[in-house]
Amino acid sequence: MKIKISIESSIVTKPILAEAIVETGALLNISQAHFDNTHGEVVADIPSEQFGHIRDSLVKKGAEVVVLDTPISRDEEECVECGACVSVCPVGVFSLADDWSLEVDPDKCIQCGTCLTMCPHNALVLGQ
Amino acid sequence: MVKKTIHEINGRIRDGSVNVVTAEEMVDIVGELGAEGAAKEVDVVTTGTFGAMCSSGVWLNFGHSEPPIRINKLWLNDVEAYSGVAAVDAYIGATQASRSKGLEYGGAHVIEDLIRGRSIDVHGTSSGTDCYPRKVIDTTINIYDLNQAIMLNPRNSYQKYNAATNSTNHTLNTYMGTLLPNHGNVTYSGAGVLSPMHNDPNYETIGTGTRIFLGGTQGYIVGEGTQHSPESGFGTLMLKGDLKEMSSEYIRAASFEGYGTSLYVGMGIPIPVLNEDIAKATAITDDDIVTNLLDYGIPSSNRPSIRSVTYGELRSGSIDVNGKEVTTSSLSSFKKSRQIANELKDWIKAGEFFVSMPVERLPRDTACNSMKLSSVNPLVGDIMTSDVSIIQAEASFNDAAKTIMDKQFSHLPVVDKNNSLVGIVTAWDISKAVAKAEYDLVKDIMTKDVVTTSPDEAIDIAAFKLDSNSVSALPVIDAKKQVVGIITSDDISKLLARRQ
Ligand code: SF4
Ligand code: SF4
Repeated sequence: MKIKISIESSIVTKPILAEAIVETGALLNISQAHFDNTHGEVVADIPSEQFGHIRDSLVKKGAEVVVLDTPISRDEEECVECGACVSVCPVGVFSLADDWSLEVDPDKCIQCGTCLTMCPHNALVLGQ
Repeated sequence: MVKKTIHEINGRIRDGSVNVVTAEEMVDIVGELGAEGAAKEVDVVTTGTFGAMCSSGVWLNFGHSEPPIRINKLWLNDVEAYSGVAAVDAYIGATQASRSKGLEYGGAHVIEDLIRGRSIDVHGTSSGTDCYPRKVIDTTINIYDLNQAIMLNPRNSYQKYNAATNSTNHTLNTYMGTLLPNHGNVTYSGAGVLSPMHNDPNYETIGTGTRIFLGGTQGYIVGEGTQHSPESGFGTLMLKGDLKEMSSEYIRAASFEGYGTSLYVGMGIPIPVLNEDIAKATAITDDDIVTNLLDYGIPSSNRPSIRSVTYGELRSGSIDVNGKEVTTSSLSSFKKSRQIANELKDWIKAGEFFVSMPVERLPRDTACNSMKLSSVNPLVGDIMTSDVSIIQAEASFNDAAKTIMDKQFSHLPVVDKNNSLVGIVTAWDISKAVAKAEYDLVKDIMTKDVVTTSPDEAIDIAAFKLDSNSVSALPVIDAKKQVVGIITSDDISKLLARRQ
C-alpha cells in the first residue's frame, strides 16, 4: 500500500525514518521525497501487514502518516480529453495515447490535488 | 492549373461523388500527389477545433409576459445577462460570473444548461413604463420556451494562440490554466494541423456568410471577429448558430481556478479546394505553425516572448525552456477537434452540408491596438518612499529592533554585503523573536521569500501583489537587486482615495 509521511520542521533534522525502519524492520520503499525549510514529505510503498507497526513507530516520533487510498478518479462524462492535467501532475498519472485519448494511471497518484484545480471541466476528484 | 467552382463541388455533394478529407489527411495527400494532383483529387478539406473561447455568448428572446415588462436588469440562474436591448431580449456572456456561486458557475454554465434542456431561473427588474407597467418578473424557463436562442460569439477561432509558462517562484492561476513555478510546465491551445484559419491563411474561402460547423450544427461566419489582427497572424472570426440545435458534446462550460468561467466551443470550417493554391495551403502541418512562448509571470499585456515554438514541438509532450526540458499540455482537445473535422466530413459526404463562398472577404490589414488610456498610469517610482532604512543580514537582532523603533517604520529590507536584497524583517518578526526569547542575527529571523516590485512597475500591479500575497509592504529594487525604496499598502490606498 501507498502511504504519505509528513514531518514538521521542528523534527525534520532527526533521522526518524531510519529509526522507524530499524525499529520495525518494515520494508519501506520510498517513491517520492520532498523537503524544504518548512516541512518534509515522503511517499512510500509498504507491505500492508507492516503498516500498523511503522505507523505507530512514526507517529510516536512526531510524524503524521496517512494512507493514500483515495487516488484520483475521472468523470468521463465531464472530461473533454484536453490533456491540461498532463503537465501539472508531479508523478505522471496522466498521458495522451496515440489517438489523443486521455490515459489515467491512478496507482501512481500521491493525492497532491494539483490536477483538481487545473482541470477546467471539474472532471477530477480524489477518492471515489 | 486546376480550377473548380463552388457549384461544381456542391453538384458532387448532391450526387454523392464528392471527395472530402480532413486537414490532417490532406498533408499526406499533397505530399504524395503534389498540390496540383491533390487539387484534382480532393474537393473539400475539413478542419476542426475545440477549445476555450471566452468571447462567446447567446442572444435570447423570452417573449412578452402578461402584464408586459421592459426588462432593465436580468439574471439567469443568478448570472447577469445584458438586457439593455428592447423589452425581452438579452445577451448572456460566457465569462459573466454568478452573484451567489462566484467563479464556479457563470454564463458558460447557463449556456450548457440551456443546451441540456435544464430549467433556468429568470429574475428581471424594470422601472416600469406606461406601455410596460410590470416591474419585476420571476419565472423558470428552458430552451424550448424561448423564441430564439442564437449563439453569437464576437471572437472565436483564433488563428493561433501564444503558449504560456511562468518564471516566478509561485504558482499562477490563469486563463491558460495552472502555471507551475520556475517554468514548471507549459500550456498551449489550438488544433495545429486542423486549425481552421491556418488552413486558409489568405481567407480565400473563409469570410462573411461561410457556412460552418458550430456546436454540433450548421452555423455561419458573421465576419471578422473583434481584435482581428491578420497582419500579426492573429485573425479571429465572429460566429453565429442556433443554440437550440447544438449539442453539449461540442459546447461545454469550463471554469479556470482563480480566473473564472469560459466556454469550450467546437467549430469546424470546410475549405472547398477551388485551385492548387488552396490545396497547398491545406497541407500545412504542425511543424509549419509557429507561435510564441510567453512568460505569464510578467503581469503586463506586453509579455516578452521567451522563444518561438512550433505546434509540432508543443504537441510532442515537452519543449526546451532555457535549457530545461519542460512538460507541455494542451487546454484544447485534439481528440475532439479531430472528431469535429470527421463529423463535418461525414455530413458533406452524406449530402447534408453544402459548401459556400463568402459574400464578403475578411479584412487582411487590420491591427489590434491597445486600449487608449486618457490618464497616465502612475508607477511605483512615483509614489514609493525612497528614504528607506535597510539592515545588513549579519546585524544583530537588537540593531534591527532599534532601527524599527527609531524610524517608526515596520518593514526593514535586509541586504547582504553587496547591498543586494536578501530578505525582510518586520516588527512582527521582532515580536516573534522576543516571544521565543531567541535573540539571533537578523538573517535568522528575517523572511527570505520576499515579494518585491520595481520603480517602473504600474501601481495596479504592486497593489495586486500586496493583496494576493497578503503583505503590507514591498521593497522596491532595481535590476541589480539594490533597494531603492519601499511602497506600502497605505501609500497605495492614499493614491486610490485621490483617484476616486
Ligand atoms: S484536464 Fe480535465 S477535462 Fe482535461 S483531460 Fe484532464 S481530466 Fe479531462
Ligand atoms: S492528485 Fe496529484 S498525484 Fe494525483 S493525479 Fe492529481 S496531480 Fe497527479
